[in-house]
Amino acid sequence: MTRADVDGWLGPKTGGLGAPAAGSDLLRLATAGSVDDGKSTLIGRLLYDSKQLPDDLLKQITETSRRRGDEYVDLALLTDGLRAEREQGITIDVAYRYFHTPRRKFIIADTPGHVQYTRNMVTGTSTADLSLILIDARNGIVEQSKRHAFISSLLGVPHVVVCVNKMDLVDWDESVFDAICDGFRSFAAKLEIQDLVFIPVCALLGDNVVERSESMPWYEGVSLLYHLEHVHIASDRNLIDVRFPVQWVVRPMSHEHHDYRGYAGQVAGGVLRPGDEVTVLPSGRRSRIAGIDSYDGALDAAFPPMSVTVRLEDDLDVSRGDMICRPANQPAIAREIDATVCWMAEAPLTAGQTYLLKQTTRSVTAVVERLHYRIDMRTLHRDEGAPELGLNEIGRVTLRTSTPLLVDDYRRNRSTGSLILIDPATNETVGGGVLLHAAVPGADPPVVRNVTWHEGRVSRARRWAALGQHGATIWLTGLSGSGKSTIATAVEERLLGAGRFTYVLDGDNLRHGLNRDLGFDDRSRTENVRRAGEVARLLADAGALVLVGLISPIAADRELVRRMHADSDLDFLEVHVETSLEACERRDPKGLYAKARRGEIPSFTGVSAPYEVPSQPDLRLSGEQAIPDAVDALMALLVERGLVTVE
Amino acid sequence: MGTEHYELSHMAVLEAEAIQIFREVASELERPVLLFSGGKDSIVMVRLAEKAFWPGPLPFPLMHVDTGHNFPEVVELRDGLVAELGVRLIVASVQESIDAGRVKEETGPRASRNRLQTTALLDALKEHGFDAAFGGARRDEERARAKERIFSFRDDLGGWDPKNQRPELWSLYNGRIRRGESVRVFPLSNWTELDVWQYIAREQLALPSIYFAHRRDVFRRDGMLYATSPFVELMPGEEPFEATVRYRTVGDMSCTGGVESTAATIEEVVAEIAATRITERGETRADDRATEAAMEDRKREGYF
Ligand SMILES: Nc1nc2c(ncn2[C@@H]2O[C@H](COP(=O)(O)OP(=O)(O)O)[C@@H](O)[C@H]2O)c(=O)[nH]1
Repeated sequence: MTRADVDGWLGPKTGGLGAPAAGSDLLRLATAGSVDDGKSTLIGRLLYDSKQLPDDLLKQITETSRRRGDEYVDLALLTDGLRAEREQGITIDVAYRYFHTPRRKFIIADTPGHVQYTRNMVTGTSTADLSLILIDARNGIVEQSKRHAFISSLLGVPHVVVCVNKMDLVDWDESVFDAICDGFRSFAAKLEIQDLVFIPVCALLGDNVVERSESMPWYEGVSLLYHLEHVHIASDRNLIDVRFPVQWVVRPMSHEHHDYRGYAGQVAGGVLRPGDEVTVLPSGRRSRIAGIDSYDGALDAAFPPMSVTVRLEDDLDVSRGDMICRPANQPAIAREIDATVCWMAEAPLTAGQTYLLKQTTRSVTAVVERLHYRIDMRTLHRDEGAPELGLNEIGRVTLRTSTPLLVDDYRRNRSTGSLILIDPATNETVGGGVLLHAAVPGADPPVVRNVTWHEGRVSRARRWAALGQHGATIWLTGLSGSGKSTIATAVEERLLGAGRFTYVLDGDNLRHGLNRDLGFDDRSRTENVRRAGEVARLLADAGALVLVGLISPIAADRELVRRMHADSDLDFLEVHVETSLEACERRDPKGLYAKARRGEIPSFTGVSAPYEVPSQPDLRLSGEQAIPDAVDALMALLVERGLVTVE
Repeated sequence: MGTEHYELSHMAVLEAEAIQIFREVASELERPVLLFSGGKDSIVMVRLAEKAFWPGPLPFPLMHVDTGHNFPEVVELRDGLVAELGVRLIVASVQESIDAGRVKEETGPRASRNRLQTTALLDALKEHGFDAAFGGARRDEERARAKERIFSFRDDLGGWDPKNQRPELWSLYNGRIRRGESVRVFPLSNWTELDVWQYIAREQLALPSIYFAHRRDVFRRDGMLYATSPFVELMPGEEPFEATVRYRTVGDMSCTGGVESTAATIEEVVAEIAATRITERGETRADDRATEAAMEDRKREGYF
């Protein structure tokens, strides 16, 4: 190629994008991919196409590309930092990149993919709102893709995007993309991934990175940047359980603030307000919040991740490491904790060793009581005979601490459920861990022990053969009044007419019996969905086509049901009954919206509680169309999935 | 309980993160110090530190590593701010390091005291027994910085080992060190130049006047506009002329270039930066342009 070619290769570039708007928020994403999957190129593309590549940097990499005789400007050069890496041509540590659009500011933690850099990946992923996993379309899912998915799941990253890259090299073939999605989904079904989205891209040319691709008309989703700009992250934080780890005690002892005593820290969960009754742990002493202070004035609420100073009405003895919470909602106070640990040091972790442990603002001494198993990230197999955890290995341990910790399950709270281990001899950070099943009294369902699954003598295959059909669950999710029950009942009619064995599970009906002990707080809603899911699974296993109509507003809850079905090898079809809030409110068949608007029903989905729209449902069904049309569309899906034959 | 009013802007999140870092260092390390150059980043740092400990005083002093080649406007602002806050200011002087024979002054038209700062800094840290030094560096400034941790561990010679950085997970920082070792802490790691300016606008922070467009005598070198001063020798062919410029960073006068600009207020600067397409260091810092790996080399030796 000639000079001019290299210079013109990237195409025109227009002016800067302008500042992020005052109300724009912040999204942290972690990228991972094997060497040469095109991760650096993709990030370069995002920066270039979102018009954020400074001219001098562009000039620098254009010159380097030319000097090396590349055919194109190597955008990958942008994100490669240290000298050693330049020589080896690979990224070896987490590098942070920044860009913004008018909607959002983005922080990219660019992490290396090789197994020997697992610890770097864990580091970069620990704070991520979203994981971006890159797969080379030609190679499909490789060991590293699985490791990245596993780590994202382990670290509770709420959103995962899989970019299938180099689509140009597979002739933009939809079936290649589909096969990779299917393969990835079936692996991911064994993990805890709440929101999983697939996008076919060509990082080199920019297809589906910022602009929709013209080479892949079959892809109906949005571009990567559009997704990054719009993915909903505000409700990923825990706004329920008040957790305020005290970081620093403010005692000015100045003339002006003579008796001032405030507790400074960063809110780790829930919403604190003046007047709230609180308990200080570990002492258990109670008081009320007298005020929430900041340099900019008194606040009427504090929530994650705000850094504030809290004053209490009573003069309690509170110090760094203590935690302020609500009397009826406390973290576990535990000296023995179970954690999944990623080991980050050359010297292995073995049972009996002593480390320093830091969790929230507490630092304690911890002994490894037991190493339960090491996890093979590729197969998810648990090696229970493992004698140690080596560098970059992950396993489950029990730790016993010198003084109690105030902990939550990591799934519930990423701040109060995470810890690091430090080697007291070298002061190195040697491990990072997430806490599991911290026993929150009365909150978590007890872990089942000594109960094994009883395999019936009649196999599912024989049962289904006798019935002449396969069982499956069709899960209709949507706002109250969106038409779930109406559609479910109409489909039931149609299926029965065709001689199929079917059953409708209706959310309202379940609450009369099986779920009548449950309320509408977050935990109860989750439990409501879980029980409905379990019943659906049993019925599907029996051979029924189960139609579930449940608001099920939380993506993670629905994902849990999807996973329990996958574990049992049962089909699970998520159908989003899409009806605008306005239309639902207009219908208001049970008068609930009116009540909710009057404030008579707290946390009512759509009005005062969030509804998380499914990002990749099996079917989106407009609830505003004629019912027979909706039924047709759903029947078509069942035919397509081979659950019913063409009538 | 709509979720919408529990949302925070990116600016608020960055501020909360920085405050958490200040408090963590003050809690876990014995003798922190805030490195203060009088530039916009360190002025932002001081405001964040005030917020972190308010209504209490700053629990650490400020330290200026003074090359002796300052813009007078910067020193003026520094002294004003220190008086207003009532904090202690330590001045670590490069001139004194030179006089004491600890370092040798570079000569010639491209001479700069930038590199010499490292010795003055390390000497002062040692003399006062500081075990943590807050710096205003940002990861968006330069590629070596992009990989540096927020708590950057330094050995007893102040050196940074990019291959052997401590993993930094969540916001659980490990500030444990042995005697003689120290940490550099960068609360603005995740800020960009634009964030800094937006914050300055939000807080209406006072800055040295050289950040805003003004007329001054300059000469052109390597495409940048340097202020004429007693500290730089002109090379043949370099002709001083008057221009309207502003500075994007304030360092040693001998190696900090200005840009032609008419932005005279914070808001105008924000608008200009938002539209700009050249990195701050690429545009104004001769010291980083010398070699592609310049910064990495200096950091290994103990630079900020
Ligand atoms: N044909 C094609 N090549 C690509 C694409 N994306 C990246 N590459 C090339 O793949 C190679 C590896 O890319 P790089 O971004 O360095 O990969 P990384 O190791 O994952 O960061 C480079 O030669 C890229 O130009 C793509 O979409 N299509």
